[in-house]
Amino acid sequence: MKNILKDINKAFENKIRLGIMSALVVNDYMDFTSLKNLLDVTDGNLASHLKYLEKKDYVQFRKEFLDRKPNTKYAATDEGKIAFTKHIKAIEKLLQ
Amino acid sequence: MENKKYLQDLEEIKDIMNRSSRFISLSGLSGISAGLCAMAGAYAAYHFVYTGQAYLGYRSANLNNETIWILFLIALLTLVGAVSSGIYFTSRKARKTKQKLWDIQTKRLLANLMIPLITGGLLCLILLWKGFIGFVAPFTLIFYGLALVNASKFTLKEIKSLGLLEVLLGLIATVYIGYGLLFWVVGFGIMHIIYGIIMKIKYKE
Repeated sequence: MKNILKDINKAFENKIRLGIMSALVVNDYMDFTSLKNLLDVTDGNLASHLKYLEKKDYVQFRKEFLDRKPNTKYAATDEGKIAFTKHIKAIEKLLQ
Repeated sequence: MENKKYLQDLEEIKDIMNRSSRFISLSGLSGISAGLCAMAGAYAAYHFVYTGQAYLGYRSANLNNETIWILFLIALLTLVGAVSSGIYFTSRKARKTKQKLWDIQTKRLLANLMIPLITGGLLCLILLWKGFIGFVAPFTLIFYGLALVNASKFTLKEIKSLGLLEVLLGLIATVYIGYGLLFWVVGFGIMHIIYGIIMKIKYKE
């Protein structure tokens, strides 16, 4: 039991962070607007949760310009993918 | 209590993974309408090209310069009808489920659909040009099926079964050359309609 709880990750307890990670593990990258539309959250809310995940090194971003407009692409880091997979597996085990 | 929260989390993860990576607005009605267009096209082709021959039996196609243009026109009208009605019903469903019609999922789906489809289309034009008319109907089925299997990774998983059935039908049709139009009606007409009805029931559109 203790082993399972160790993999439950505080970073993914929050619904929005859970959503961000779910989208980023199945997509190579997503830009800010598509993430916002997908999760149906406000700019500020999404930005603060993305920052949290960046600090944990679970998410990385790249700034680009599309038609002179800034466009930020977000992707999950390898570390983030591993942590998220562990988190899902732990949840599944708890539910068994 | 804890369990309920985690169960909800899992559901949410699955939902977001699906919505963010797959094109899920494909509507059952678009399958039905595409099937009806295909059958109308096949009937028109039968009427113009095969007049005076057994309805369901072996047919030899009488192709000359005039009928081939009529056939191209029928094929073009069928394609335009099937695609535009498909886009119409799909955009209607996209609006209902609040999905964007033209996003990265759609582009990925179309790219994966188009590669086998255009290859097959060009191959069939070459076959027509070289006079192997009998191979055209079976090969359109096979390549359409392969295109569906290839694209199914990016949309509803039922598309894969439809694609495999089309490939199988195409292979059988290759053995029974001369019954091409009949297999074509089954593959593009009847199977699309059945698929559309199943999807309508399954996803309660």
